[in-house]
Amino acid sequence: MATVNTNQKACAVNPLKMSQPIGAALAFMGLNHCLPTLHGSQGCTSFGLVLFVRHFREMIPLQTTAMNEVTTILGGMENIEQAIMNIWNRNQPEILGLASTGLTETKGDDVDAYIKLIRAKHPEIADMAIIYVSTPDYVGAFQDGWNKAVVRIVQEMAVPCEVKQANRVNVLPGSHLTAGDINEIREIIEAFGLEPVFIPDISGSLDGHIPEDFTPTTLGGTTLQQLRTMGAARATIAIGDQMHAAAIELEMKTGVPYTMFDRLTGLEANDNFMQHLAQLSGRPVPQKYRRQRSQLQDALLDAHFFSGGKKIAIGAEPDLLWSIGSFLAEMGCELTANVTTTHSAMLEKLPAEEVLIGDLEDLETRAKDCDLLITHSHGRQMAERLHIPFLRMGIPTFDRLGAAHKVIVGYRGTRDLAFEIANIFLADDHEVGPETWASKETESHCADGACGSCQSQLPVSIAEPPEVAHIA
Amino acid sequence: MASLSEKVQDVFNEPGCDKNQAKGEKERKKGCTKQLTPGAAAGGCAFDGAKIALQPITDVAHLVHGPIACEGNGWDNRGAKSSDSLLYRTGFTTDINELDVVYGGEKRLYKSIREILDKYDPPAVFVYQTCVTALIGDDIEAVCKAATAKFGKPIIPINAPGFVGSKNLGNKLAGEALLEHVIGTEEPEFTTPYDINIIGEYNLAGELWQVKPLLDELGIRILSCISGDAKYKEVAYSHLAKAAMMVCSKAMINVARKMEERYGIPFFEGSFYGIGDMSDSLRQIAKLLVQQGAPEELLSRTEKLIFREESRAWEQINHYRKRLEGKKVLLITGGVKSWSVVSALQEGGMEVVGTSVKKSTVEDKEKIKEIMGEDAHMFDDMRPRDMYAMLKESRADIMLSGGRSQFIALKVKMPWLDINQERHHAYAGYVGMVELVKRIDQALYHPVWEQVRKPAPWEVTPSPSKGEGRGEGGTSVSPMTAPTPELPHFTPTPALPLTVGGSY
Repeated sequence: MATVNTNQKACAVNPLKMSQPIGAALAFMGLNHCLPTLHGSQGCTSFGLVLFVRHFREMIPLQTTAMNEVTTILGGMENIEQAIMNIWNRNQPEILGLASTGLTETKGDDVDAYIKLIRAKHPEIADMAIIYVSTPDYVGAFQDGWNKAVVRIVQEMAVPCEVKQANRVNVLPGSHLTAGDINEIREIIEAFGLEPVFIPDISGSLDGHIPEDFTPTTLGGTTLQQLRTMGAARATIAIGDQMHAAAIELEMKTGVPYTMFDRLTGLEANDNFMQHLAQLSGRPVPQKYRRQRSQLQDALLDAHFFSGGKKIAIGAEPDLLWSIGSFLAEMGCELTANVTTTHSAMLEKLPAEEVLIGDLEDLETRAKDCDLLITHSHGRQMAERLHIPFLRMGIPTFDRLGAAHKVIVGYRGTRDLAFEIANIFLADDHEVGPETWASKETESHCADGACGSCQSQLPVSIAEPPEVAHIA
Repeated sequence: MASLSEKVQDVFNEPGCDKNQAKGEKERKKGCTKQLTPGAAAGGCAFDGAKIALQPITDVAHLVHGPIACEGNGWDNRGAKSSDSLLYRTGFTTDINELDVVYGGEKRLYKSIREILDKYDPPAVFVYQTCVTALIGDDIEAVCKAATAKFGKPIIPINAPGFVGSKNLGNKLAGEALLEHVIGTEEPEFTTPYDINIIGEYNLAGELWQVKPLLDELGIRILSCISGDAKYKEVAYSHLAKAAMMVCSKAMINVARKMEERYGIPFFEGSFYGIGDMSDSLRQIAKLLVQQGAPEELLSRTEKLIFREESRAWEQINHYRKRLEGKKVLLITGGVKSWSVVSALQEGGMEVVGTSVKKSTVEDKEKIKEIMGEDAHMFDDMRPRDMYAMLKESRADIMLSGGRSQFIALKVKMPWLDINQERHHAYAGYVGMVELVKRIDQALYHPVWEQVRKPAPWEVTPSPSKGEGRGEGGTSVSPMTAPTPELPHFTPTPALPLTVGGSY
């Protein structure tokens, strides 16, 4: 049980947080033939674009309504109209995902009304779905933008379906899951004879593959048809607490019942998941996963020697923090420093003393004695200064390849994560020497430390146990 | 203090810019930025431009006053290198919340400045205005003035909120802020007849350090580089330089011109890219310094150094020339970089089959024509789809561009090289040009292309002639004997259908 605090500084230093609109944009990127667009100044889009390009190393479709000083004051209706028509004429996407920004929210643009007027004026765009989500930059964080966008996708697209698809399962993945994670979860669900549809599905669009042709819109993800038949599924599975609102919304609109999984990293978490799938499908857990479970047990046994008692510093968005943090606690680690970006029901459940909503400067001051730092690539400067091992996790990961394929879910993903973390501790093991266990007391040649050279050592050696690890 | 809109008008009316002067009164008022098309725009905002221009000043705390997006989504993302302080890589932002939007963010800004001074003790704080805080009327100039008076350190307002225009405008507004608040406020310990300013060089990937040893050898001192690897005080006493070089097109032309007007520092526009351009720049620097009173022997020393460096570079480039002769390059970049890189590539024996001139001036375009001939393929605004087609149809062997368009080349399995701000390799000066040619060679002859272009065995249509002697009419192809066409270099897989040329 953790106390959740918010830092009391006026100035954020080395931000951990990213803004809502680009979280929403990433959710839209998981829809097929979609063009995510930010309603704001062109810089809003440009920064987001560069961030995603650096993380995914992929072409990123992201447009802007290109607001300027004057159009902001007069209202952005004309710009939205021009943007929609230009996008329609040039790219013909099936879905246009529109997210507002701090700029247009400060002005108070009534985008829902604009879209109604624009639709009335331009009947030719009737076939293009337009999903608008309100995401001011000055509220919440990336994860909030993602979940608001998914709620809006459900509100706009989900309809009750008379004809059910017997094996279909809707899966609502949180923004903390990578394309690799989604593929792993898909494989698991399919092994039970079920047919999962992910909403949204970045594994179709941002898994780093080579498409046949150039396309200015997203090149994969949940299709329009799949969105319209969400109501035909027999059940919904939501992964990550951030997806709770979307799961409720989906059940209310379509009657499809949902089950929440707050994480899929860890032995027990996956046991529950497998059990649920077995019940849902009426099939036993496949042999393959029984074997993987056994491998994970073995991995945990092998790893526990090295992970026990280690102090960890994590800077991550709530659901990622919950996934990794809970698992590390299960590996016997101590969650010493925990910094996150926004509020979540999971934060106070974390097995730690404190979770702080803050920035990487806060994490740095708390991480000084830690054995491992886990955060996104912006932690690199801090890791250098603190001289502690650094595991990159989360968006953005711009100074390492393969971020989209990192898998930490399922028995297999958890097993690999356990190995990865244990290996970091193994590699960082300090060599021992003849001096390691030397009692500092025997070194002193005067009993009371009067000579001066022993003075500083003496009280320390009595007060603290000899430090094994640090022999420098 | 001039209002922001007056200042924008002022930088738009740039007598040092010939393109600007060629325009009529009315056109000039519209400025040098093209009207952006909603739904079809690309590129950064004015705030982005201001930050790019100033963040390379290494010992300053760069504080962004706005919501988290402006700093949180894009901090520590540039390759400007520092020889000393790393403070410029620390991200500071007021990260304003809903209440600040309602009640105003000035108090938070003031407190933020105090926190930064207490914790990091920088020689100065640069405060960047953004759209939201500009819209709600936060007066950052007043806050900075009050903070300067209270804390006794220069707190500099950089008034270039994103929505006033493009990156280029932001560069210029950043320059205005330096002119108004920084340049001319401190004195160096000593000056020499060999002191120069380099304006518009950002030391990306450490490029300044590819040039500096040569200047050192000539006894020329970079009094101030604006703003690559600069310290605050160096910019503050830059007004005492004897001459200046303006790099990077017109981004900071207002700084160079106004310093000439105010402090009598003559400047020229030059480039460190390409052997010929590098030599010209060294000559110009020497010429201006001599003109300003430096001993004339500097000229002959410079010529000697140029001769030595050029011969050395040529010798090294010749090594690659044979392999690069006739290779077709598609060059997508902006401004002055176009022509300076074009001549460099030609030095390596390559042919430039197309270059973008999106940000180039009329003069730049003339220069490209001069170098590439009348039939130079210049594209004002090349669409991604066209670049894709050009590469796919093998009309180019390699693309050189900024990071964002790299995937256009990679997805058609064609070589690509980063020549924009985010690049990791330095290409300035004589050594840099050799490095660029070496990198192009490496990219073109990398073994990866042959592997990724080869279709999977089961994708190859079996041809009857290949099945000879197997007695099965040539219809079966086992994986071991499947014809794997030996694709020559720089030929894309012919099997892929060409479906380019839609309405995009």
